[in-house]
Amino acid sequence: MTSPRTMLDKIWDAHEITRDDEGSSLLFVGRHLAHDGSVHAFDFLQQRGLSPRCPDQIFATPDHGVPTFSHKRADITDPQQARVVDALKANASRYGFREFGLGDPRQGIVHVIGPELGLTQPGLLMVCGDSHTSTHGALGALAFGIGASDVCHVLATQTIWQRRPRTMRITVDGQPGPGVTSKDVILAIIAQIGANGGQGHVIEYGGSAIRAMSVEARLTVCNMSIEAGARAGMVAPDDTTFAYLKGRAFAPQGADWDRAVAYWKTLPSDPGATHDREVRLDAAALEPMVTWGNSPEEALPISGRVPPRDSATAGTLDYMGLAPGTRLTDVPVDQVFIGSCTNSRIEDLRAAAAVARRGRAVVPTLVSPGSTAVKLMAEAEGLDQVFRAAGFDWRESGCSMCVGMNGDLVAEGKRCASTSNRNFRGRQGKGSRTHLMSPAMAAAAALTGRITDVRELLAHEVTA
Amino acid sequence: MTPFTTFTAPAVPLDRANVDTDQIVPARFLRRPRSEGYDSFFFTDLKQEQPDLPFNDPVYDTAGIIVADRNFGCGSSREQAVWALTDSGFRCVLAPSFGDIFYNNAAKQGLLLVRVDADTAAGIRDALRAAPGAAMTVDLEAQTFAAPGCPDGRFEIEPAIRRRLLLGLDEIGMTLEHEAEIAAFEQGYRDRFDWLFRATGA
Repeated sequence: MTSPRTMLDKIWDAHEITRDDEGSSLLFVGRHLAHDGSVHAFDFLQQRGLSPRCPDQIFATPDHGVPTFSHKRADITDPQQARVVDALKANASRYGFREFGLGDPRQGIVHVIGPELGLTQPGLLMVCGDSHTSTHGALGALAFGIGASDVCHVLATQTIWQRRPRTMRITVDGQPGPGVTSKDVILAIIAQIGANGGQGHVIEYGGSAIRAMSVEARLTVCNMSIEAGARAGMVAPDDTTFAYLKGRAFAPQGADWDRAVAYWKTLPSDPGATHDREVRLDAAALEPMVTWGNSPEEALPISGRVPPRDSATAGTLDYMGLAPGTRLTDVPVDQVFIGSCTNSRIEDLRAAAAVARRGRAVVPTLVSPGSTAVKLMAEAEGLDQVFRAAGFDWRESGCSMCVGMNGDLVAEGKRCASTSNRNFRGRQGKGSRTHLMSPAMAAAAALTGRITDVRELLAHEVTA
Repeated sequence: MTPFTTFTAPAVPLDRANVDTDQIVPARFLRRPRSEGYDSFFFTDLKQEQPDLPFNDPVYDTAGIIVADRNFGCGSSREQAVWALTDSGFRCVLAPSFGDIFYNNAAKQGLLLVRVDADTAAGIRDALRAAPGAAMTVDLEAQTFAAPGCPDGRFEIEPAIRRRLLLGLDEIGMTLEHEAEIAAFEQGYRDRFDWLFRATGA
């Protein structure tokens, strides 16, 4: 009798080519995603005189440094950025892999288009030269980010050496209250386990709250697994997953679909499978969450106050320009960013638009949809008109102000309410101050010019 | 890759938890060609913002080792963070824990990351602060280190990473020796999961 296996075990075993006597496994990479930042790895490959082994399983799109005011190539004025966007296209053409370039309706943030196009599928081992590759685990894939040398290795061999990580099961039960989203769930998890709490582990998220989430909400949770230090995050595929995937451009079709679903149904962890660590969270007890510091673990419920000054917080409080004891809802913001691979999908934009309908932005607010397809869908639903009417700046898709490589920056000393994933010092631009929150919370901050409990704003508006 | 056997150099104490790779190299420099070097971007913003950062102190100009706090190298997968360290002369970082992706990236570039418990790391940092510019030695073969405040340190490391660092092995070259196994596996994979290879995106 075989012992019960976790989902990680099953996907690992299905991709393990060999294991050496030191415990390192050589894994076959099912799909490899690339973007404009993958340029160094392609340079290394070329310098070695090698070519991609499986160009049919490489899918690429420019996202990190593309402008959001325009997707015209001629509008990329930074020569370094122009070089890498052109290099991605040239490499795609030279080596014969698919690239969804500027002007292609399939372009977008690589972690948004993977699921959206059905490239991301349950049971796949996927890699990409970006830490937020953990996003794709929401569909039951094992997906993790790698650096340039490993990207070059995957290009050349379609394999990667890894030691099997430990597993952590995070069970989220209970029904979140109004205004509490998957972003709040993952921020609360990171606050609980710490920014290195998941180190060496793959997190498997389960429980009734996760099961009740849409795939898009699960993508937000898995996306920020890396901010908990985990290698990857996963959600077992279920009917929600299958319904999401069916009919997508690269999803299996016809008889293939039935065979694929039959396989996908074998992937969830077996009853009795043990995880190295168990964590539980009650979603019903959560409030909307906001970060105050420079690590995603520095997150608090919206009813909270800036923590006391001590040797551990002093540097962060100074950088963030915050006085201890200040109510989070008394913190003014200078601008708002709604976008990034964490929160730029259509459900995120709908949630932000539902708040935007109730007022007008009093601070500059930039909305960058996660993909060109999301942009077109939002426009078909009239969300762009809602945002424009509220004075929000409706842009093209890309990583934008999450990483600030395309000119969308938060100025030095300015404070941004952001739906992105990292509140690191200087992340949104040198000297920028970032507060992470959900799309609805960010939209609420746009209307009031301060960090705001979206639940109060909605209640107030309803009775007004 | 230059083999790593033993290494002796002045060590810098860095009393900050969660040093992310955005700190080590800000994003605006990531597009620079590798050949131009990344040493000039090493902690460039933090050095400016925090005059008392040890990397600003000339006593550490010849430092080759950093003794850091938990979760060093967390965040972005940018390998440029490792390049900035190695291009600046660092060959080893000791810390209670490291970002997973950073940990893997370092091993590819000859940068040895040594996990020590939090108290040991804090003790070495205290001793280094008391003797600025003091050197320490790391012996990868013996898996030992000698540092101010910790003369007889030992550490564990994954055997594969140790071997690769000791011999300066090129991983792609090693993997390509498994070509026959990879080819056979790939054929089986394409048969088992044939739907992945029929998708046209139409």
